[in-house]
Amino acid sequence: MHDVVAQVTSFIHLDVANVTYLFLVGFVGGLVSGFIGSGGAFVLTPGMMVLGVPGLMAVASNMCHKFPKALVGSLKRAKYGQVDVKLGIIIGISAEAGVLYGAHIQELIKKNFGNAGSNLYVSIAFVIILSVVGGFVLRDAWKTHKSGTTNDDEQVPKLARWIQSIHIPGTMMYFKSLNARISILFTIPLGFATGMLAATIAVGGFIGVPAMIYVLGAPSLMASATELVIAFVMGLGGSFKYAMSGLVDIRLAMIILGGSLFGIQLGAMGTTYVKPFMIKMVMGVIMVIVLFSRGLMVPVYLSQLGVIPEMTEMTVKILKNVSFGIMAFALGVGAFIILKAIWQGRREEKLSRQESLAHSKA
Amino acid sequence: MAAQEQHARKKPVVPMLLAGAVSIALYVALMTNQDFINNTFAKGGLYAFLPIATAFIFSFIHGSFTGHFWTVLGVEASKKKKEVK
Repeated sequence: MHDVVAQVTSFIHLDVANVTYLFLVGFVGGLVSGFIGSGGAFVLTPGMMVLGVPGLMAVASNMCHKFPKALVGSLKRAKYGQVDVKLGIIIGISAEAGVLYGAHIQELIKKNFGNAGSNLYVSIAFVIILSVVGGFVLRDAWKTHKSGTTNDDEQVPKLARWIQSIHIPGTMMYFKSLNARISILFTIPLGFATGMLAATIAVGGFIGVPAMIYVLGAPSLMASATELVIAFVMGLGGSFKYAMSGLVDIRLAMIILGGSLFGIQLGAMGTTYVKPFMIKMVMGVIMVIVLFSRGLMVPVYLSQLGVIPEMTEMTVKILKNVSFGIMAFALGVGAFIILKAIWQGRREEKLSRQESLAHSKA
Repeated sequence: MAAQEQHARKKPVVPMLLAGAVSIALYVALMTNQDFINNTFAKGGLYAFLPIATAFIFSFIHGSFTGHFWTVLGVEASKKKKEVK
């Protein structure tokens, strides 16, 4: 293990441009995470690798900025009554197991099929999860938007109603976000899948948040806020594991944290201005755009594995750059929707305050 | 006007400046001791507590600063709906 660590441990030189870049990417990542509960990590890891940070160190440093960010975000959203700490911790513990198992699967694939095999596995996981879950979330948000029922209370989905109706003695627990007792046996596979996805594509929330909404029946705002607790539990355990091997570059983690703590506060406040379906909308939009980004990379890895004819170096470079660009665009679109929602919400509130002031004067 | 002034007085300018000063000091300490920190924090084993503790300290101080920062700028949560039903 120490040999592997020695091979991958190298500390990059940090200049003003690098620091500014990491700070800004951190800010946008934090903004999105504060709003939908996760989402910044998928750009941060490749974003660090662009600077020359070895892959494993980028993953470790990203994780070490993620748990303190999630802590601050969850505390902020707890003030708005959006966090279900109990559900977050219960799912977080099984997610931790998922992270360890996911990392083990990754190691096995890397050992047997090399870097290209590992990258292909990650990209295919991205494409399948994002197309199925992302497509479903976006479709649901769009339907709500079109139906004109955006102001109505969210309905508990059929699947969640069924799960809430099942009574398994000795495993039942009350969760305030669900306002119901459910068997924790249902939360274990959800947490495990969240952790596995976090270990594979760095964003467990793309499973965790939709699972809490559609499978357990949590309102969107509470699901996205509770995801921050899960991210904290997962991130703390994961960071410690990586730090034990000396893989965390604390400078990178803290610089990204510097930007992301500005962002996460803003993203968390943003949730108080929007209708609940906006959480699903932002999440769905990001997931579907990222799907295209990762989909572009599938042919590259297939050619590296010899499944399809070899690609020229130039084609690979173009595809990689376009893929990274689309990913950054996804985060940018998410950030834009959130900032616009905050701006509109604040403006409407200001106008209504002025109107009521005018009325009281009259 | 008086209400506005009262509101402005309530803004946590002093806590923001204090947390900001400590936060900057932490970042300066981190950046000016890069070699020592890199060598010590990446030793692995029980030294793993160092990056974890650092992350907690930065999140507490810098998190407090960023929270006050937005409040002082006047960016706050909606007054209409603070709680989710």
